[in-house]
Amino acid sequence: MYSLETRKLCKSFGALTVADNIDFRLEPGARHALIGPNGAGKTTFVNMLMGALAPSSGEILLGGENVTQVAQSTRVRRGLARTFQVTSLFRNLPVLDNVALAVAERSGLATRLWRPAYSHKEVIAEARELLAGLGLAGDAATRVADLAYGKQRLVEIAIALGLRPKVLLLDEPAAGVPSHEAQKILMNLEKLPHDIAILMIEHDMDLVFRFAQRITVLVQGVVLVEGTPQEIARDPRVHQVYLGEQAHA
Amino acid sequence: MSGYSANPRLRWTEWLPWIAALAFFFLMPGYLSLGARILIFILFALSLDLILGYAGIVTLGHSAFFGLGAYTAGALGAHAGVTDPLVQLAGAAALSALLGLATGALILRTRALTLLMLTLAITAILLEIANKWTSMTGGADGLSGVKVGEVLGLFRFDLYGKTAFLYCLAMLFIGWWVVRRIVYSPYGAMLTGIRENAARMHAIGAPVYWRLVLIYTLSATMAGIAGALLTQVNQFVGLNVLGLEPSGDILVMLILGGVGRMYGAFIGPVVYLVAQDYLAKQYPEYWYLGIGALLIVVVLFARGGILGMLDVFTRNKKAL
Repeated sequence: MYSLETRKLCKSFGALTVADNIDFRLEPGARHALIGPNGAGKTTFVNMLMGALAPSSGEILLGGENVTQVAQSTRVRRGLARTFQVTSLFRNLPVLDNVALAVAERSGLATRLWRPAYSHKEVIAEARELLAGLGLAGDAATRVADLAYGKQRLVEIAIALGLRPKVLLLDEPAAGVPSHEAQKILMNLEKLPHDIAILMIEHDMDLVFRFAQRITVLVQGVVLVEGTPQEIARDPRVHQVYLGEQAHA
Repeated sequence: MSGYSANPRLRWTEWLPWIAALAFFFLMPGYLSLGARILIFILFALSLDLILGYAGIVTLGHSAFFGLGAYTAGALGAHAGVTDPLVQLAGAAALSALLGLATGALILRTRALTLLMLTLAITAILLEIANKWTSMTGGADGLSGVKVGEVLGLFRFDLYGKTAFLYCLAMLFIGWWVVRRIVYSPYGAMLTGIRENAARMHAIGAPVYWRLVLIYTLSATMAGIAGALLTQVNQFVGLNVLGLEPSGDILVMLILGGVGRMYGAFIGPVVYLVAQDYLAKQYPEYWYLGIGALLIVVVLFARGGILGMLDVFTRNKKAL
């Protein structure tokens, strides 16, 4: 059984096809990367996996169960979490609250109407622990909007981890950060628990080849090839559409 | 002022409104009916702050619940022979909650301008019903002869408005306590999350729509109680409790005081209604001009309302 699987997943906006019969499998505990040139349909694919976008046809299976028609919030409760390509945080709230909101949702405490959030020490302790694990212990009280962008990327990851996911989708976790900070993010990603299956979408080839054990290449909504990093690096088709394009740039 | 980092301990400043209200009761016995009116609109503004300030639901239709509560209490007192004020309040609360649940479930999947128009449409429909259903509501003449008995069978509504004032104060105190608990609770924190970034709340597994429907229903209930209080204090209901105008008034009051701060709902109605009372006596035809000027000043120079201005002031003082 796969942690996450798609069968003949399709999505078109009018005449534009952004996902064309995608068959994709994520093994339990996988470190998998999805790469492809701009406009290949990577983020659309993630949005469909999450349930933020309905596919035109095809199936999505989470832990072997068909979740194609299941609401996003239910998928999250069944162990699917994501980070956003462009940071999507609660900008005016303290870093601690950003993570605590996720922890509270996961532990089913978010709908409590009476006892103050402040006295839910177990939620706060878990959020602090997650922040400490990512080297953000000193920033808990800082408003997210006042935080350096590299650290905001880490808060994205902390929120996702607060959901204790079985499957984690990282949509360009290092987008928009300088390379020395990207290294820090990668270090933190390498420390993530091994039972979480991770799918990373990334443009930074350096990051992809260091992190991933398998790579899928998506071009114009079609899976071009899938394989180990060595196979992908050797594949002439990949060179032509993707790595070649980078060499020109 | 909510969430996991906010200590919910009562600060001394939070006692000030209550001390001020009691001082007003003893020092200005001639103004108690204006005082009761202010207390009612504070409760109304507080209910609006819960959905606008914390959950980020923009509405021009909050008078629907205020008006329904007002007419429910009125109809119970004038037609049904139910004179116990607390039973009237309970009836108003129940019907407003139902309307909040039904309309909330219908409109809260929409956002922004669509939502705004839908809320406005609902209160406009209610206004039209109240206008046409004269046997129940008295139509444009209003519903008079609303009988209101003693509070708890003990305290009669007197001519000077002493009972009315203390009764409204007690209800406001309860409403404030409930709102304060909610604001500081995980639910309150979750609502600010929805206001800040709804897409993110979806991605952490929150069924945003149902969460909004619940708080909308709670807020509607509170607005209905405020409306019922107004009926009981006046022993009369007019059409001016429904439609765009009272919705706009309460919105202006809240913005004037400061949105999403709980105590903005206290300051706004005081300033607005006192200014209205004063200006309407001095310039009966132009008093709206004064209110308008006040609002323009606040929106241009103090986006956080009067409380936001105080914030800036105290922060500057600390910086010195």
